[in-house]
Amino acid sequence: MQTTIADLKIGQKGTITEFNIDEIPLKLLEMGCLPGNSVELIQIAPFGCPLYFVVNDSHVAIRLETAKEITVVIESTN
Amino acid sequence: MAKEHIKVALIGNPNTGKTSVFNHLTGLHQQVGNYPGITVEKKIGSCKLSENTKATILDLPGTYSLNASSIDENVVIELLMNKKDENFPDVVVVVTEVENLKRNLLLFTQIKDLEIPTILVINMSDRMKLKGIELDVPFLENQLKTKIALVSSRKNIGIEKIKELILNYESLSTEPCLNASSIDPEYFDKLRKAFPNQLVYKLWLVITQDVNFLNLDRNEMKSSFTKSHADLRRLQQKETIKRYQFINDTLKVGQKIDHSKASDIRAKLDRVLTHRIFGYFIFFFILFGIFQSIFVWSSYPMDLIDSSFANLASYAKTHLPAGEFTNLISEGIIPGIGGILIFIPQIAFLFLFISVLEESGYMSRVVFLMDKIMRRYGLSGKSVVPLISGTACAIPAIMGARNIENWKERLITILVTPFITCSARLPVYAILIALIIPQKKVLGFISLQGLTLMVLYLLGFGMAFFSAFILNKILKISSKSYFVVEMPSYKIPLFKNVAINILEKTKSFVFGAGKIILAISIILWFLGSHGPDKDFGNAQKIVEHEVYSNSYRINPSVIPNRVAEYKLEHSYIGIIGKSIEPAIKPLGYDWKIGIAVVSSFAAREVFVGTLATIYSVGNNSDEEATIKQQMKQEMREDGKPVFNFATGISLLLFYAFAMQCVSTLAIVKKETNSWKWPIIQLVFMSGFAYLTALLAYQLLK
Repeated sequence: MQTTIADLKIGQKGTITEFNIDEIPLKLLEMGCLPGNSVELIQIAPFGCPLYFVVNDSHVAIRLETAKEITVVIESTN
Repeated sequence: MAKEHIKVALIGNPNTGKTSVFNHLTGLHQQVGNYPGITVEKKIGSCKLSENTKATILDLPGTYSLNASSIDENVVIELLMNKKDENFPDVVVVVTEVENLKRNLLLFTQIKDLEIPTILVINMSDRMKLKGIELDVPFLENQLKTKIALVSSRKNIGIEKIKELILNYESLSTEPCLNASSIDPEYFDKLRKAFPNQLVYKLWLVITQDVNFLNLDRNEMKSSFTKSHADLRRLQQKETIKRYQFINDTLKVGQKIDHSKASDIRAKLDRVLTHRIFGYFIFFFILFGIFQSIFVWSSYPMDLIDSSFANLASYAKTHLPAGEFTNLISEGIIPGIGGILIFIPQIAFLFLFISVLEESGYMSRVVFLMDKIMRRYGLSGKSVVPLISGTACAIPAIMGARNIENWKERLITILVTPFITCSARLPVYAILIALIIPQKKVLGFISLQGLTLMVLYLLGFGMAFFSAFILNKILKISSKSYFVVEMPSYKIPLFKNVAINILEKTKSFVFGAGKIILAISIILWFLGSHGPDKDFGNAQKIVEHEVYSNSYRINPSVIPNRVAEYKLEHSYIGIIGKSIEPAIKPLGYDWKIGIAVVSSFAAREVFVGTLATIYSVGNNSDEEATIKQQMKQEMREDGKPVFNFATGISLLLFYAFAMQCVSTLAIVKKETNSWKWPIIQLVFMSGFAYLTALLAYQLLK
């Protein structure tokens, strides 16, 4: 199992490594959700979906199934 | 040799304050229309640049990029691709926002690739200090090959600079900022050779999406430059990465952000407003406040309008020379206009709240909070906005469903929105409630009438969710959920934007729906005051004959009223009403109500106006009573009031569920591109309304 941005905890940051291009809306890429960019989970809505991220300085909310398609390297928290 | 007339297109991402810039440039010199064939709003304004130069400014729908994912966004591309379009701009003004410059510049670099002179507006520059942002403007201008205006639409700074840049647009460079075709040189070279007269970027846009462009045969072009869908997506991704590389490199030098200086109000507010408990609490509190204030505040101007039109009508009747024309004015036109104007207070208040919620950035948080709950009903978090604005009017609400990416969720939203209690139902509810529900208080402080109104609203929402739930089970449409919601930073709404929005919406109601209402009022007046000669023309004689032959029972002083009633019954409208009476009698309606119900199929709000017209035609007294008083006085043959409890409830339910709005049906047809859905809506909703009204009357009578 790869770590995806859906596995982040609130306030945790990571760097996007890759994603399944067929499952990700182009709009999300255009907002800066691209490999190499940093991503931070801000808030999870009640019942676990959607998730609110800051990626590439854009503040966006996406659904869980989309978030599960984006793999990430979690920044070591210290 | 400056041009006298410069065409400008205003383009930008959503939430960049593009509309504020537009409002500042054009003030009230705006015209709102539609693009031919589609219901996308088209806003054009004019602006004086110098002594003899004028600019026409087109405010295009907000878009994140030139890769369109909705009809609104498509409008932008189709315009920029078509040099022959009458609105094709001489110069494009791209509006960006200082806090999201990186993302906003993506669209800018795409537009630059189209080789149109382009000005870059960086809005909200007053927040730079607060956010610890510094910009090297000359460097950015050089890298981006453009001229920059630092603007604060909030503080009205920099608008003159935009005008100056527009005036001198001919000196702008039309060179692209980067070479996007380097993502696959071989492919783009082939493309360039095949169509040497066209810009490669334009060709690329044609290949990747559904835009009609030039006379190029898209199919031919697609077949010779075919790539699999996945390959195209991969190239689009590469293109986006390439653009961001350029933007990042540029901003690394041209923009300095000192994060330590940034005070983040957004994070703090988000923590509260999207909180899993407080978030909902705040949302419902706001909703409750909105409804409460709409009904309390708007009742004063509404009562005022109601009574002043009644006074005006009686003034006209007594002071103008008697005759057909005076009757038309006092019985047709004045009540008709009153029936339109009475909606203005509520519509204005609703749009006030909706635009404040949207402008402040709060609406996106509601979308975020509600998505999961709404999905259980086959809706999207984004359906919240149409459902709430449906309380004003279903038409803008259904258009607002456009930004729902998933077709099934969007269709269900469109289909159920007309169940939401719109402002057109409100006067019908208001008058019926006032007639049948006593003015009592429950528990000492909750008004029973107010409570009934709330129940009717909840009924509308409940029915919308119930049918969404059913539709979600029935409809077999599978489409991917591409749910992406931007969470904009919080802003205090600009008074000017809110005011212009309210003015525009109210104006379009008064002149749009108003025309129909007025026309129907006049037609009804005519049908009500004319009839076939045999009975109608001889009314006086027939009634006199009847009265004198029963003279021991009836006082001759009632003759004038009897004549008026007899005339109405035998007028054209009476004949129509009588003929539909069998169908509506089981619901508890007489033929007069029947006429009002039938004419309401053009638009619900016609109901009150119709009754007003019918009763003022049938009323022979000099005193012009308000509509409510007239309805109260209306008696059945057995001497009981027509508007009793059972009839009232039956009517309330009928109006809550029936699809009685031609404009809504027309908009559903446009948005779903088929007659199938509006017809299903009409049949299902009205059938359901008939059955519930029937059941209610039979149980209560």
